Amino acid sequence: MNKSNFMEVTFKAISENESFARVCVAAFCVGLNPSLDEIGDIKTAVSEAVTNCIVHAYPKHSGIVMLRCEIDDNIVKIIVKDNGIGIKDIVKAREPFYTTKPSEERSGMGFAVMESFMDSVEIESKNGLTVTMTKKIGENVYMQAGNA
Amino acid sequence: MQIKSKIYNKTLYVVLCGELDENSSTHVRNELDDIFSKGDFNQIIIDLSEMQFMDSTGIGVLIGRYKKMKSRHIPIFICNPSSHAEKIFKMTGLYQIMPKIV
Repeated sequence: MNKSNFMEVTFKAISENESFARVCVAAFCVGLNPSLDEIGDIKTAVSEAVTNCIVHAYPKHSGIVMLRCEIDDNIVKIIVKDNGIGIKDIVKAREPFYTTKPSEERSGMGFAVMESFMDSVEIESKNGLTVTMTKKIGENVYMQAGNA
Repeated sequence: MQIKSKIYNKTLYVVLCGELDENSSTHVRNELDDIFSKGDFNQIIIDLSEMQFMDSTGIGVLIGRYKKMKSRHIPIFICNPSSHAEKIFKMTGLYQIMPKIV
């Protein structure tokens, strides 16, 4: 039977909420029986996306982060959205080591990590920034079984 | 994030315990700079066996410390990363400047 589920949370764009965001998504995905590696990948990708909102979206005032997680069978879709200033050059922002804040010791690897840990990452800069990521859970298990 | 440190045989051992993300990064940065500024040592080993989570913010923190120690000719080594931290280190090339030791 096809499993379908979703959850949504909105929280203040402050770094204290990063841990909450990644634990929240990890807990929501537990029903899919993900491996520790898969949960680690998801938590890291969520942390990167939420950190982007917190660090870059609201330079002049406080704002919010909207986090939505959808499960469709064994595909997890995560949407992280803010209402901030967005990104002018998304192609540039996706380049590894590119950062607009080098003086703050930023690695510039946020999007590269998301792309590496998730199956797909889409970025839209319109009325803020929306990052949509997907990951198929259980993929590695099938691959291991196939290789055995 | 809690940080433990000790100097033995001119090696500074640092253990990072907890989660290294944007929220803890300022504390970790300041604490490491303080620890690195004291004592007599000629190399640093950062033990990650008790680190529960790290994202790319942690990479920025570590590279920042590497740059500061490079000017003092003090190498930094990494040991006991989780499989997940290892994945981030490999994709960012961190081991090229902070080699992993067993």
